[in-house]
Amino acid sequence: MTQITPALIAEHGLSEDEYARILAMLGRPPSLTELGVFSVMWSEHCSYKSSKRWLKLLPTKAPWVLCGPGENAGVIDIGDGQAIIFKMESHNHPSFIEPYQGAATGVGGILRDVFTMGARPIANLNALRFGAADHPKTRHLLAGVVAGIGGYGNCVGVPTVGGECGFDAGYNTNILVNAMTVGLADAGRIFYSAAAGPGSPIVYVGSKTGRDGIHGATMASAEFSEEAEAKRPTVQIGDPFTEKLLIEACLELMATDAIVAIQDMGAAGLTSSSFEMAAKGKVGIALDLDRVPTRETGMTAYEIMLSESQERMLMVLKPEREALARAIFEKWDLDFAVIGTITDGDRYVARYQGSVVIDLPVAPLASAAPEYDRPQAPLPAPAVIPAAAIAPAHDPLAALQQLMGSPDLASRRWIWEQYDHMVMADTVQRPGGDAAVVRVHGTAKGVALACDCTPRYCEAEPVTGGRQAVAETWRNLTAVGARPLAITNCLNFGNPEKPEIMAQFAGCLTGMRDACEALAFPVVSGNVSLYNETNGVAIPPTPTIGGVGLIEDLAHTASLALKAAGQALILIGGQEGPGWLGQSLYARQIAGLNDGAPPPVDLAHERRSGDFVRALIQEGRVATCHDIADGGLLVAVAEMALAGNMGLSLTLEGIAEANRHAWLFGEDQGRYVIACPATEAAAVIALSQRAGVAACVIGRTGGSELTLEGLGAISLAGLRDVHEGWMPGLMAAPATEA
Amino acid sequence: MIKARVHVGLKAGVLDPAGKAVEHSLHALGFAGVRGVRTAKSFELVLEETDAVKARAAVEAMCQQLLANTVIETYRIDLEG
Amino acid sequence: MNTGVIVFPGSNCDRDVAVALARAAGRPPVMVWHKETALPPLDLIVVPGGFSFGDYLRAGAIAAHSPVIRAVKDRAATGVPVLGICNGFQVLTECGLLPGVLMRNRDLRFICRDVDLRVDNAAWRFTAGYREGQVVRMPIAHNEGNYFADDATLDRLEGEGQVLFRYCTAEGVVNDAGNPNGSQRNIAGIINASRTVLGMMPHPERVADPDLGGTDGIAFFAGLMTALQ
Repeated sequence: MTQITPALIAEHGLSEDEYARILAMLGRPPSLTELGVFSVMWSEHCSYKSSKRWLKLLPTKAPWVLCGPGENAGVIDIGDGQAIIFKMESHNHPSFIEPYQGAATGVGGILRDVFTMGARPIANLNALRFGAADHPKTRHLLAGVVAGIGGYGNCVGVPTVGGECGFDAGYNTNILVNAMTVGLADAGRIFYSAAAGPGSPIVYVGSKTGRDGIHGATMASAEFSEEAEAKRPTVQIGDPFTEKLLIEACLELMATDAIVAIQDMGAAGLTSSSFEMAAKGKVGIALDLDRVPTRETGMTAYEIMLSESQERMLMVLKPEREALARAIFEKWDLDFAVIGTITDGDRYVARYQGSVVIDLPVAPLASAAPEYDRPQAPLPAPAVIPAAAIAPAHDPLAALQQLMGSPDLASRRWIWEQYDHMVMADTVQRPGGDAAVVRVHGTAKGVALACDCTPRYCEAEPVTGGRQAVAETWRNLTAVGARPLAITNCLNFGNPEKPEIMAQFAGCLTGMRDACEALAFPVVSGNVSLYNETNGVAIPPTPTIGGVGLIEDLAHTASLALKAAGQALILIGGQEGPGWLGQSLYARQIAGLNDGAPPPVDLAHERRSGDFVRALIQEGRVATCHDIADGGLLVAVAEMALAGNMGLSLTLEGIAEANRHAWLFGEDQGRYVIACPATEAAAVIALSQRAGVAACVIGRTGGSELTLEGLGAISLAGLRDVHEGWMPGLMAAPATEA
Repeated sequence: MIKARVHVGLKAGVLDPAGKAVEHSLHALGFAGVRGVRTAKSFELVLEETDAVKARAAVEAMCQQLLANTVIETYRIDLEG
Repeated sequence: MNTGVIVFPGSNCDRDVAVALARAAGRPPVMVWHKETALPPLDLIVVPGGFSFGDYLRAGAIAAHSPVIRAVKDRAATGVPVLGICNGFQVLTECGLLPGVLMRNRDLRFICRDVDLRVDNAAWRFTAGYREGQVVRMPIAHNEGNYFADDATLDRLEGEGQVLFRYCTAEGVVNDAGNPNGSQRNIAGIINASRTVLGMMPHPERVADPDLGGTDGIAFFAGLMTALQ
């Protein structure tokens, strides 16, 4: 029996208070293996102890939500007996240490969370945040992460269709890798993780267990210091080929009635999956660790329980179906081992090499993890910086070129051409637009997918930032003609034990709640990643939102590319006033001003303007649409021009010279630009008036230049070179094997 | 038991972009005297065969049939034990 | 038309090509698991894209030794056409049905994008849907698409009209700018000496549906079906 010392307890990430709770629960000191179990089950990553109190704020219900947070992923009804299952997860800390494998295993883990519920994965997305472009580690991390996401996703055969990538010095020593998977399932055949049926076999399938990633969950719950480099051994290695086999074998088994419950083994491996299955089902478990397939010799019970070897699933089967299941897994050359049984009662007992190594009560451990209401410090309210206080652009077209070639706005083609975004032959809209659109195989429907967050807004004012992240995701789905249905999220923040970080967290969640309610856009799944700090310096608060919307008929969808010359460009949802430059890219990059309040988010206005735009698209009146986001109006129309390889001309009539920069570069929310035949423009304006939404013609499509009437023009070809050239230029040296 | 080490490399004249990339990176790190890098693969096989001649013949066949693509790769076999 | 698609552990584009074949042939193909040693009567055999056996060792190397490949080779010897797409092309070179080898892309990165291809030879069944010299657009998605063979082999392929597709610019110029992966002589697809086996890196099945942003693949499959009748 290993002596449990204070040092050992601390090494396991448990506080003195938490250890006291363990002693009280057991009435005795824990074994070393049991200590390991508590360590991972009560880690921030697995227990959400700092965040749970705030997550309860989020709306999680709607008539189309079949399963909200609490299962492996969220489930929404898309009609005709079909469901979409989706979730986003973070793999931040491992990706900083070993970018290829950290990112690859992040993709592997989120794929499993989705197919474990019975869905065939149909799309992957990811949201990435790296340090400043000129930081010495950025190129290496970017190359490694993108190679890892591609290496895993491409091999598994699921298209990676969209995402976000941002650069900011705030992520210099803490990058973010948030991976999202979307899957398609029959609404009547969803698989859950609650175990049942005393006497039923517990079956382990997939790769053998090794020593990978032991304590990955505790690493995710701790800040980095200089010793981060020395933590290399805790990064797991992924095998996407085995994952592909696992997907096919599991889906084949799921077509039968053999499965009672199924869960993937992710963070905290066998420990968390088995405890959660037992706790949800209110049953006990008896495990025989000698039966766990191992690929190393001499593994201890501790190592077997905590290993984070990838590509493994845990199932409870109907006893009479064991042979059928075994045959399927043998066909796919995957390990299949009965490692235990479900028992009556509430004990989790594990035996190894003749001894009992774990004997714990299920419910108290799984559900009585400490829950903290950590203190917050009030954050200073940022001053509103009026447009008049920001220097006007002497040459708006030059400012446009500078912005389009900047890290925030330059083309990400270098990234997404490394992802197979077409496999499965259902990708209707490829990366580069507002949202990816993937056809629901064999139907005329599509799902629209997007990831969004604007961290500088969240840092300036968390409540607004939280609202804006949800609102922008909603807008991006709307802009392709989809009805937004639900979101998943990855909440990436610093150390929650610091009151100012807790205030950021609570603020962002409050904003998210406001937007989710106003837009009928509930949260069905998500993930929290805390302690993203190094040497006490935290990342900007980054609540990444992953949204899913439904396109009922793909014949009526829209994309941002300009499609025909001589069309009218119409601004929808413009508001009174000179335009909001605070926290805009223009203010930060051109005027050098990083302070100020972010643009407010009027949720009722968002709803009105978005619903109106969606109706135009669904009625077939509009096929070209783009929402206005980073960079403002001029950047939005430039993106439309580049995507369609067609020029345009914007009128500045009625815009006072002093307000020109706010008009062109302001980041007021809730706005879209559409293009329609010139003969339709009057009808669209009339409809907008009836809908109570502002709309005005702002220009015309055509030609090979981007023209600001009365001010000048730039060639589209030149703008394209600037836009497409930045990232390849940054990454110029060929990628090498790490 | 015999352990066989098989080294599989690219034939001379076959372009090795990975090797070039590694050479480039070494130079960028300050290792000036590197005049060429060729990448290769290395396999370690543990064989039940105890007769060295038979073991070598078996590994030859493995190289010809699977371990090396003889269109572009050559191989070298070393036995120990 | 009876078509068959070989499925290895790790094949990913089997469903995609099955959909295109079903549309062109009027009935769905037979899906053949790699462990089968016998094939039903077939008018066309397709080896699809993906990452068979994870691309471990070399792309297509392990799949080339699957039991079913013996049957595919025997069938090809009787004149049944075999089409290998992407990983399928890799398998066909590894098992000796086609000369040469597909190596790592010149820029060492996976590339997924549309490319322009010049149809160098429309005289054979596989390119019956196209005209000689036509420029078609299809996507590539691969890490190892860099076609290599020694000069004698390349000269022979060109001399015998066995190069069917070459990477080119949008204007149909075969040059370095139009070469995405470093393939020798911009070779994107070749047939064997007896004109029965085609291997190509681009994916015609991904542009065989008007909803997916390209239709040059429709003519590929339609032309092939017509020529096989």
